[in-house]
Amino acid sequence: MKNKINILIIFIFLIFCFTIFYKGLDNPNIYTPKTNDQKNLPIFKVKNFITNTDIDLTKVFAEESYYILNIWASWCVPCRKEHPLLMELNKNKSIKLIGLNYRDNLNNAKKFINELGNPYTQILIDADGTKAVEFGAYGVPETFLIDKNKKIIRKFVGPINKKILKEIESIIK
Amino acid sequence: MLANQIGYYSLIIGLLCSLYLSGVSIKDFCNNNKNLNPKIINLSFLQLILVIVSFFSLILSFIKSDFSNETVFNNSHTTKPLFYKISGTWGNHEGSLLLWLLVLTLFIFLFLTKSKEQPKKYRILTLLFQQLIIIGFFLFVLMTSNPFNYLFPIPVEGLGLNPILQDPALAIHPPLLYLGYVGSSIIFSASLAAVIQNYISKEWGQHIKKWVLISWIFLTIGIMLGSIWAYYELGWGGFWFWDPVENVSLMPWLTLTALLHCILVLERRGTLTSWVVILSITTFTLSMCGTFLVRSGILNSVHTFANDPARGIFILIFLFILIFLSLGVFFLFHKQNNKGANNIFWLSKDSSILVNNWFMMYFLSVVLIGTVYPIFLDVISTEKISVGPPFYQKLITPFLAPFLLFMAFGPKLKWIKSKIENKKSLAIFLIISVTLTLFILKDITTDLLFYTILVSAAFFLFFTTLRELLFQKFNNISQVVAHFGFSILILSILFNGILSSEIITNIKIGDKFLHKESEIFFEKIEEKKESNFNSIIGHFKITNVKGKVIKLNPEIRVYNQPIVITSEADIKTTLFEDKFLVMNTVKGNEYFNIRYQVKPFMIWIWISVIILSLGGLMSLFKRKYEK
Repeated sequence: MKNKINILIIFIFLIFCFTIFYKGLDNPNIYTPKTNDQKNLPIFKVKNFITNTDIDLTKVFAEESYYILNIWASWCVPCRKEHPLLMELNKNKSIKLIGLNYRDNLNNAKKFINELGNPYTQILIDADGTKAVEFGAYGVPETFLIDKNKKIIRKFVGPINKKILKEIESIIK
Repeated sequence: MLANQIGYYSLIIGLLCSLYLSGVSIKDFCNNNKNLNPKIINLSFLQLILVIVSFFSLILSFIKSDFSNETVFNNSHTTKPLFYKISGTWGNHEGSLLLWLLVLTLFIFLFLTKSKEQPKKYRILTLLFQQLIIIGFFLFVLMTSNPFNYLFPIPVEGLGLNPILQDPALAIHPPLLYLGYVGSSIIFSASLAAVIQNYISKEWGQHIKKWVLISWIFLTIGIMLGSIWAYYELGWGGFWFWDPVENVSLMPWLTLTALLHCILVLERRGTLTSWVVILSITTFTLSMCGTFLVRSGILNSVHTFANDPARGIFILIFLFILIFLSLGVFFLFHKQNNKGANNIFWLSKDSSILVNNWFMMYFLSVVLIGTVYPIFLDVISTEKISVGPPFYQKLITPFLAPFLLFMAFGPKLKWIKSKIENKKSLAIFLIISVTLTLFILKDITTDLLFYTILVSAAFFLFFTTLRELLFQKFNNISQVVAHFGFSILILSILFNGILSSEIITNIKIGDKFLHKESEIFFEKIEEKKESNFNSIIGHFKITNVKGKVIKLNPEIRVYNQPIVITSEADIKTTLFEDKFLVMNTVKGNEYFNIRYQVKPFMIWIWISVIILSLGGLMSLFKRKYEK
């Protein structure tokens, strides 16, 4: 009898552990560093995707508006996945999306945009990957939210999801 | 390209081979033939060969930088040195699982060839349990983490291997750790088979002991290499951070160590059978649990590179199937052997090993709670906490002192019933230890009483084992060596903790600063280009009181594939202390951030772990069993 109770307790405990772990897997695991020390935008020149001419970064972020800087590449599989969400975000008029094309072949990148649509008001080229480092990026995809004072207020490592999208929309409201 | 196909299809054939092998084994289990069907060993060999072929074709794809393979594309690059191209094979999720499979099949094959004198039904059952695990892993690899996924169009360049993983210690750390982790699968299968056959006995204890030892040795060395890597590469100046992933490797080690001691009792006295079975099950379950925690991305850690929930769900379900299966087998078939279990005198070797077990269980629960509790809390309350070193130190260190004393006393006791011999010399050692500790510590630490107890206990173990090592006959040499190693480990960790000092400062080239009585002078920086990174090397001159000069050259590396900046510490190691210097750039000005540390007895931590595993190795090659 005592043995049976023991077995039952162990069984219930294990089921409990299983549920917790299972739920834990669902939790988004995208790491968003706390940016209390709001960083200023770096200042440098960068090439434009379409005109292929150098422009100042300050000119890119010239307007008084929220900006999203999204680092992407045509070879990056998660970028493909987050792209529809960026298209959705583009419908929001109070925010402008800037793409930073990371270490990419220009033709492939153009194909990518033609195929999936262009959510960006401007696309910048980061052919050797150094510009992304200036922003403090770890890799692709990565998304930065820049406020009206030209400060990076949020940073999302990895592809954005619906939850992040909502978070961004609530910040810029 | 071709290697890709070969690797993939040999995995599929390997899975089919497993299924067929299981069928043949069940058939052979049912007939009353005395000898094992030779087909079984042949099939197991074939299975091993197939996994080896698959593994080597992945290595080949890495060497040839074949970027049509997704795994290679994600984790390699043409400019990577050959050595790291090869180690990149198991430095990623898919490849490391292939390595799991390789070790699983290797161990069952070795088990079958080395267990000829064991009962046939027991061998077949072990094989069946092992095949269950193997089939699970085959399915896992093929369904969620195929290492041979094909990419089209073929990329010109790969994305590169994470540069912090480009380190020789880390290149061999995973294979060794896996040999330990996965080696425990054999203990798991064998103990379940033995429970069903009611074969948990002295003979079984002698037979399984070598497998326990092999796993234990590999696990010990594997953990040490990981720790060495963290010390030299991560540049945080420590060797153990209580990071969840480190804990996950420590937990099976704790249960395996307890199991090792229980097996000693089992092979000698035939008791503690429930302990042995439960510990065998937990060791492997914890290893699997570790794989789950690391590979599912449920933890945020330096080790989490894979973030696919499908993988997590698969391992989780598989893990719980194994747990339920093994507990079911235990409760249904295990017969408590009460003979002799009740007449243990409180002062005997048996009881001291039981005490050791309870200590191990305590340490295990501390580590387990510290690792898993944040996950539970996150799910239940969405509150994020992180459990750090203070938690573990507060809960573990006070219990180390009695634990060490037991380690010194226990082995001196006799089986069943005993009394303490050599009371005089033990008392003298105790007095020497306490005085020595007081003498060393009196001016150094503020927490005198606490550290005195702890350090004297460690010294006591050190002296008693040293005495046996020098004067006793070699009847128990492996145990003495292992305990001696452990005492040095604790001593060096304690002194390292108490005596370490560090200074963090921002200086520019040409500046100097003082640390204790040494003067640190920042001479110049130098830039260098390597094939896969550019580096800035700082030149530092350290002059101590006696005018002796040491040069340290820490490095900042900017890797190009992918772009990652790492700080390489420069460490000067001597027998007594390590001098550790790491620098970082301070953005936007000419200053560099410098961290200089003096860490005593660092090298003894590694040496002592080697001595510890040497003890295990000696036991493995010893014919007679322990007294």
